[in-house]
Amino acid sequence: MIGIRLAAILGRAAATLLLAVTIAFLLTRISGDPARAMLGDNATADQLSTMHAQLGLDRPLVAQYLSFIGDLARGDLGTSLRYGEANLDLIVDRSTYSVQLASVAIVIAVLLGVPLGVIAALREGGLVDRVASAAALLGQSIPLFWLGQMLVLLFAVNWGLLPAGQATGVSSLVLPAITLAMLPLAHIARLTRSGMSEVMRSAFVMAARARGLPSWRIVLVHALRSAALPVVTVVGLQLGVLISSAVAVELVFAWPGLGSLATEAVERRDFPLVQAVVVAGAAALVLINLTVDILYTVIDPRVRDGRS
Amino acid sequence: MTSQPVSGRLRSRSAKLRAAPVGALAIPVVVIAIVAVTYPLLPLSDAGAQSLADGLRPPAWARGGSWAHPLGTDQLGRDVLARLAAGARLTLVIALLGTIASAIPGIMLGMLAGYKGGCVDAVISRLVDAQLALPYLLLAIGIQSVGGRSLTVLILVLALIGWAPFTRVVRAEVLSLRTRPFVLGLRCAGVSTPRLLMRHILPNIAGTVLVMATLQIGTVILAESALSFLGLGVVSPQISWGTMLAEGRDTLVHGWWVAAVPGAAISLLLLSTNLLGDALRTRFDPGNKEF
Repeated sequence: MIGIRLAAILGRAAATLLLAVTIAFLLTRISGDPARAMLGDNATADQLSTMHAQLGLDRPLVAQYLSFIGDLARGDLGTSLRYGEANLDLIVDRSTYSVQLASVAIVIAVLLGVPLGVIAALREGGLVDRVASAAALLGQSIPLFWLGQMLVLLFAVNWGLLPAGQATGVSSLVLPAITLAMLPLAHIARLTRSGMSEVMRSAFVMAARARGLPSWRIVLVHALRSAALPVVTVVGLQLGVLISSAVAVELVFAWPGLGSLATEAVERRDFPLVQAVVVAGAAALVLINLTVDILYTVIDPRVRDGRS
Repeated sequence: MTSQPVSGRLRSRSAKLRAAPVGALAIPVVVIAIVAVTYPLLPLSDAGAQSLADGLRPPAWARGGSWAHPLGTDQLGRDVLARLAAGARLTLVIALLGTIASAIPGIMLGMLAGYKGGCVDAVISRLVDAQLALPYLLLAIGIQSVGGRSLTVLILVLALIGWAPFTRVVRAEVLSLRTRPFVLGLRCAGVSTPRLLMRHILPNIAGTVLVMATLQIGTVILAESALSFLGLGVVSPQISWGTMLAEGRDTLVHGWWVAAVPGAAISLLLLSTNLLGDALRTRFDPGNKEF
């Protein structure tokens, strides 16, 4: 039973990835001429056609697409024009920084968001509840890169407590990770709160109470486990959002991750690298969602035992 | 509803609390909109006028500031308040156009998927998944690096980013409407599908769409400001709050207000639209209605 479910999840992930990659391919071809974008408006016809030949843009779209997919299947993401290296190597190089930053941010968001949500749910309308919901709303309304700038201004420029940017050890992780954590933190706190307050009123929690289980056990073991399911999903989705918001945040903190690679590639008009980063980002996102789906199957007793 | 009487009472009370100030929540949005519309009539200095001698003057309340430039000046001596007012215009125009451009295809596809079901639904749902699987900012970077920088490309990118959430929500709504007696009755009466969708289904999902659109405006503004911040959005000399933020990046150390002011303005606008969206959701969500 669980095998069939996992196979279906894998199949769907593969289909989504193929579609996402196809969309990325089509959009970067339809929206303009990459060669012109790279060479600028003053390029001669000769230069353009040389660049077309170099990038394989002179071939029919279908042929381009097929070789693009073929290369992808072999793990070949093309070669960067400016760095002269394989795009994949550049991406793998930089993504260690991105993974570092994203995972610290998510850990911060979960470690703060879940307890906040639980406390807010247990004391609905209380001080923690009100402060948490106000903070959640603020977290969703502030542009993260701007928050990052303001944090730099306070902690690095004014007080000199933390480095303003670049990856120079643990202390340089603090500000960008806190900045990135804000949005998932807000979502996780909100979701935990609504999940917990619903679960606490459910029949099985009342049954547990009737059996005389201590409150902490009911909250931490039974209710939280049930409320954790949507939180797992949202953590996955938030990692996706994180990939996007990291682009601007990395720029603010000069953090050498995938986001800065993308902005550098755009600035240097390195079209193959831009496309490779988009594809890599999509692949990462699909992989994250796949993990979430599988985790979901494992955590939820109803799904696990095929009782859904 | 399986909630207990006590919690039911609590819920309806908190619903009333939250639903009450819809009008009040809209005030910042309305004020910003009025400023955007009447901007040429306001007694402000020219947003584009440079005066290098007046560069990086702090805001009036800070040391060294004066009321000649209430919010200070940027590196080129341009009045930040004037630029803020001028930028409100393009920011709002982009937010509205971007939201409308993503809502229309999003709603259409969602209605089709929900109503037709089967094959059509499978294809559209897969597209939604694929779209949501693309990191939107990277995709936008990819498109704009090739398509160039113009308002049209920007709106198209914003539409591409924003259609999928509409489709998902509308599909779910239509799915539950499809089997309702009034829809079945209309179908039996031989009402054509397009007419049924446009005249009878659409009005029933209007509330949900309105809530979605209000919340989506925030997403669009954030996306625009992020793109402009990365240098991919609006082109100078046009001003949006996003481009102001990008300009402020270079003067962060010597002139914090250049970045702080537009960021605060964006946050205020977003806070207002998010609160408004939440309040509208409370009002339109049948689960929150008082009986």
